[in-house]
Parts: sequence; structure tokens; C-alpha cells
Amino acid sequence: MRKRVIFNDKGLPYLLLAPQLAITFVFFFWPAGQAIWFSFLRQDAFGIRTTFVGLENFVELFQDPLYLASAWNTVVFSFWVTLVSMAVALGLAVLADRHIRGAGVYKTLLIWPYAIAPAVAAVLWIFIFHPQVGLLGRFLREIGIAWDYKLNGGQAMLVVIVASAWNQIPYNFLFFLAGLQSIPKSVLEAAAIDGASAQRRFWTVIFPLLSPTTFFLLVVNIVFAFFGTFGVIDALTKGGPAKATETLIYKAYIDGRVNLDLGSSSAQSVVLMLTVILLTAIQFRYIERKVHY
Amino acid sequence: MATLELQGIRKSFGTTHVLHGIDLAVAEGEMIVIVGASGCGKSTLLRIVAGLETATEGRVIIAGADVTRLEPKDRDIAMVFQNYALYPHMSVFDNMAYGLKIRGLPKAEIRARVQQTADLLGIGQLLERKPRQLSGGQRQRVAMGRAIVREPKLFLFDEPLSNLDAKLRVQMRAEIKRLQRRLGVTSLFVTHDQVEAMTLGDRLVVMHEGRAEQVATPMEIWRAPANTYVAGFIGAPAMNFLAAELVEGGAAAKLKAGATIAFADGVHPGGEGAPLIVGIRPEHIQAGSGPGSLPLKVDLVEPLGAESLIHGALPSGETLTVRMSDCSPLAGSVLPVVLPPASLHVFDAEGRRIEAVRRRERTAAAGAVGA
Ligand SMILES: Nc1ncnc2c1ncn2[C@@H]1O[C@H](COP(=O)(O)OP(=O)(O)OP(=O)(O)O)[C@@H](O)[C@H]1O
Ligand SMILES: [Mg+2]
Repeated sequence: MRKRVIFNDKGLPYLLLAPQLAITFVFFFWPAGQAIWFSFLRQDAFGIRTTFVGLENFVELFQDPLYLASAWNTVVFSFWVTLVSMAVALGLAVLADRHIRGAGVYKTLLIWPYAIAPAVAAVLWIFIFHPQVGLLGRFLREIGIAWDYKLNGGQAMLVVIVASAWNQIPYNFLFFLAGLQSIPKSVLEAAAIDGASAQRRFWTVIFPLLSPTTFFLLVVNIVFAFFGTFGVIDALTKGGPAKATETLIYKAYIDGRVNLDLGSSSAQSVVLMLTVILLTAIQFRYIERKVHY
Repeated sequence: MATLELQGIRKSFGTTHVLHGIDLAVAEGEMIVIVGASGCGKSTLLRIVAGLETATEGRVIIAGADVTRLEPKDRDIAMVFQNYALYPHMSVFDNMAYGLKIRGLPKAEIRARVQQTADLLGIGQLLERKPRQLSGGQRQRVAMGRAIVREPKLFLFDEPLSNLDAKLRVQMRAEIKRLQRRLGVTSLFVTHDQVEAMTLGDRLVVMHEGRAEQVATPMEIWRAPANTYVAGFIGAPAMNFLAAELVEGGAAAKLKAGATIAFADGVHPGGEGAPLIVGIRPEHIQAGSGPGSLPLKVDLVEPLGAESLIHGALPSGETLTVRMSDCSPLAGSVLPVVLPPASLHVFDAEGRRIEAVRRRERTAAAGAVGA
């Protein structure tokens, strides 16, 4: 039986919840509500007249090739950021899980990048990728590759993917490591005795047993790639060259802040909001069922 | 089915020396039980045989082939773990079929073998379940099944019964013994429960602090323990030990507690007055006055139903435990007891068993005749 606190005064629970509710209201519901409201409006070029246009902003959005292009960018970007950061983190976690000397130091070092703000991380990556001052950039040019992510859209995408994935690796690493350490050692020993090679043990025992962790991280990483990477893109490429790295969140920002098209920007925000709600709903549904076993 | 040989197995974890040279030869189809107190190195020894640990020194030979350097997967052995170590995400069927699939057996054969083994263990109707949907006893059976179905050269059991309740443990013990006889697979069984050890083993290895103190059949170990550690470890309640010295040219022991007892089996080697430890099992001590009896001052009586355990002190201050069926004295009273000479075990001051000289001569003569 779960213990419950009984309040005699009906008002007290609400009072205790009030600060939390107030914060949620001021910082989430209110701006979200505003975004939804603005997404139904249109302002003229000088911001003087505002008219109610219903769903027209949304209709236009989905007919706008630039918007669809940025949606595709987001898909490509999120796919690779999620794949790279999870795969690398899993690999590192498997290495750290073996009881090697200095594993503690190794783990600590791996966690550091997470403490670095994306914008700062981006600067670090500039020092690596910049065609004139970057270590790798200069090296690539010297061996004859036309490296300039400021001109080449594909290279720009590669750079923002690498920088974002790098930023997200420690988070994934921690969860994977915890997941690995919760697998009983004797189960792996049993598999070894049953004749499974290290590789087979990984794919038939470790990986399936990690699936709840993997699924959780999958959703978290997609959400991160959608929303958390604004700083990296802004600092490294500003969505360029020629909008090659403009993702949905970056476009919403540009259209709202720079182009001052509040109606369209709000409609974009609403679409993003719905995406996140959908992802979270999937997450909860499956985590509740504990995935597979 | 194969023989197993261990030669001079040593194991250290860093500076901790856990095994100090274990030698053992196991015959085909034999069930060896490794028994000893917690932390004596039983699991470590088993894991070395399995290949889960590497010995610091020594060799492991299975079916005549040196496997010391081989990975567990190349040793063709099966192991039942204390916590069963079932694959939590696989059904009972897949748990049992895992090793067979790796071997690349045809699907139909895998199905047939798993079904047959499951029926043998009475878990035929559980094949679709996941481990978390099973009771402890059923999991235990699945773990056994997973080991049996592969028909390995060697079974290793690491305290497989210690997570079961007392009743189920007795039942599974009998079942394991029956199975092992029927399948005839060479087995090593680790336990710290001496009843389990006595009932299961063809031979026992009594381990103590990383050494095999004695390797022999259960009855030999009970009848002639090699030293005081083994003597005290096997048998419940534990054997009593009394200080004594050798007198009458080795023909008798003079107890510190008073009486002098002439040995039933003849003269024991050692100088006059050499210190001895005399051991006697609680159930062999008899009540009775007369010459050679000792006054036992009773301080606790534990009735066990059919018999009672009587704890008391001798005039020397040494404690003595007696198991008797026909007598339950009051605490505080004095009970005269007799130690029958035929039931005495004689050890030297270091605790090593001393045999009577005459018997040793007889064995030597028998050896000469055999040769
Ligand atoms: N990986 C290890 N590193 C260091 N010491 C170890 C390691 N494994 C075991 N030991 C030590 O080796 C000794 C023997 O351990 P082992 O597990 O073999 O004991 P055991 O006889 O199986 O005991 P139990 O009956 O409690 O299972 C113990 O003192 C233990 O602390
Ligand atoms: Mg153990």
C-alpha cells in the first residue's frame, strides 16, 4: 500500500504546487499559447496591421520549398547526429565497462564535453575545421582536398553533425555505461560458456538487454538534434552556406527574429511543438511497457 | 563425458594468493564435490576449470587435452550458476537452444533435443515463458536444462541449490544425483553445505584456505579425516578435540582431562610424552561410569527430538559435545562419559592424522604382495 499524505485543508496542496505551476505557466504555457495564437495571424510588412488568417500560415508553410528543404535538412541532420553520437558512445561505454586500469579517469574525461556549452564547443570545432586556421582543415587542404565548409554545403552539414554529435556523446555514454553495468556478469559468462564469441555475446545478449536504454536515448537524441543544436549551428554555419544547414529550429528563429515574419515563425514553432509532444508520447508509451523484456 | 585433470593450480589476485597448488584427477563420469568454508577458493577453482579465470600457474586437462589457454567457448563444458544466469530476454526454449544454435545444429534437431531435455526436467510446458515468469525452482531447472542439452564433456555447478528453500533443495539434490548418474557426465559440484557434499559426491575435495586438505570418498573422509580441519568440518555437530599426550610407548593417550585410553588399533608413532590431539565425534561418546570415564559438567542440553545434544565442560576446562538418544541430564548436573577407544581419531600437535604403526605395516605388506 502506498502511503499518502492527507491534507485536511483543501487549499494547502494547491498552495504548495503554486510555485511550480506558476513557473510552468509563465515559461511554457503562456509563450506556447502565444505562439499558437500568432500562428493564426498575419502582420503586414511594417507590423502595423494584424489580420486573422486561420490555418493559412500552416498551408503556406507546407507549400514552401524552403521550409520543406529545411525539414529534410533536419531529418538528415538528426539521423546522423543520433546515429553517430549513440554508436560512438556505445563503443566507448563497452570499452570503459571492461575493467581496465585507469577506467575512472577515462570516464571522467569522457564526461567533460557534456559540461561545455554548445556554442563554446562550436568554437573548439572551428579551431579544428576552419580551412585557414583549423588543424584538420589545413591538413585536408594540404593533401589536396578542396575543404571549405563555409562554401561547400555538404561539408558544412558534416561539420555541424560532428560538432553536435560530439556534444551529445557524454550523455549517451553515461546511460550506456549504466545500462552495461546493470547486466549481470554471470549472464555474459554463461553465454561465453555456451560457446558465444565476444561479438556474438554483444549482439545476442548485451545489445538486446540494452534495448530499453537504447530506445530512451534514441528519443532523447532526436529531441536534442531537433532543438538542442541551435547554438552549434548558429556559431558554426548560421544555417549556411545557402541554407544547407538550416534546420527547422534555425529557420523558425531566422524567420521570426531576422525576417520578422511572426506568423510563419509561430506556425513553425507550433509544428515543432507537436513533433516533440508526439516523440514524448511515444517515449512514455514504450518506456511504460519496458520494451521487449 | 571425459576425464579432468588439474595439475598444480595456483591463483593470485594481485598480492592475494587464493589457491596454493591444487592437484586433482577426476575419472570419467565421476561426481566430485568441492566443499569448504566461504572464501576458501571453491568458486575460483571452478572458474579456472571453466576458463572464466586464468590460473597463475598450473594446467587444466580435459579429456587428455591441455585446455589451460583455451577460451571458455572452446572447452565444451557447461556451468550452472548460483544465480542461474538465465538470459532474461529469451524464452526458456531460447535459453536452452542458445548453445545449440551457436553450434549450428539443424532447427529440427534443436527443437527435439530441447523438448526432450525439458521433459526430462519436467519443464516441458514452460518453454514459451520468460525467466521472470518462473519460480526459483523452475529457473533452477532451466539452468540445469541449458547445461544438459548441450551434452558437454564436463558439468560445473557453483552452489546451484543455495537459493532454494530447504525442502526444494533436498528434492533437487536427489534429482541432480539421479540425472548425473543417468547421463554419466563428469561433474564438479561446489557447495559449502556438507550434507549436500556427502550425499552428492562420489568423492569430496575438502578445501581450506586455497588448499585441498583431503580428496576421498565421503565415507573415507568421515571415517579417517586427514587432519583436524577436515575432521571438524565434516560431520554435524562437529568433532570434539581434546589435548593429550602419547604414553605407554605409543600404545595409549593420556588425556589432559584425566583418563588414559589405550588405542584400539595399536601403537602410534612418536616419542613418549609427545603432544597429541584426540578427536571424537559427539555421537560416539557414551554415558557410563567406571574406569576411564570422565565427569562432564553439563551446561546446556538441546533436545532435537529423537536425541539430545549435551554441551558441557571437562575437568581440564575443555568443552565437549555429546549426542545421545537415551539420556537427557539436567543442566548443572555431572554426567560421566566414556570415550570408546575404537572411535578415537589421533592427530599430532600440527593437526595431522596419525595412523597406528601396525596398520601401516599391514598396508605396506599388502602393497608388497600386490607388487
Ligand atoms: N576478482 C577477484 N579479485 C580479488 N580477490 C578475489 C577475486 N575473486 C575472488 N577473490 C578472493 O578469493 C578468495 C576465494 O574466493 P572464492 O569466490 O573462490 O570463494 P568461495 O570458496 O567460492 O566462497 P563462497 O563459498 O563464499 O562462494 C576470496 O578471499 C575472495 O575475496
Ligand atoms: Mg563461491
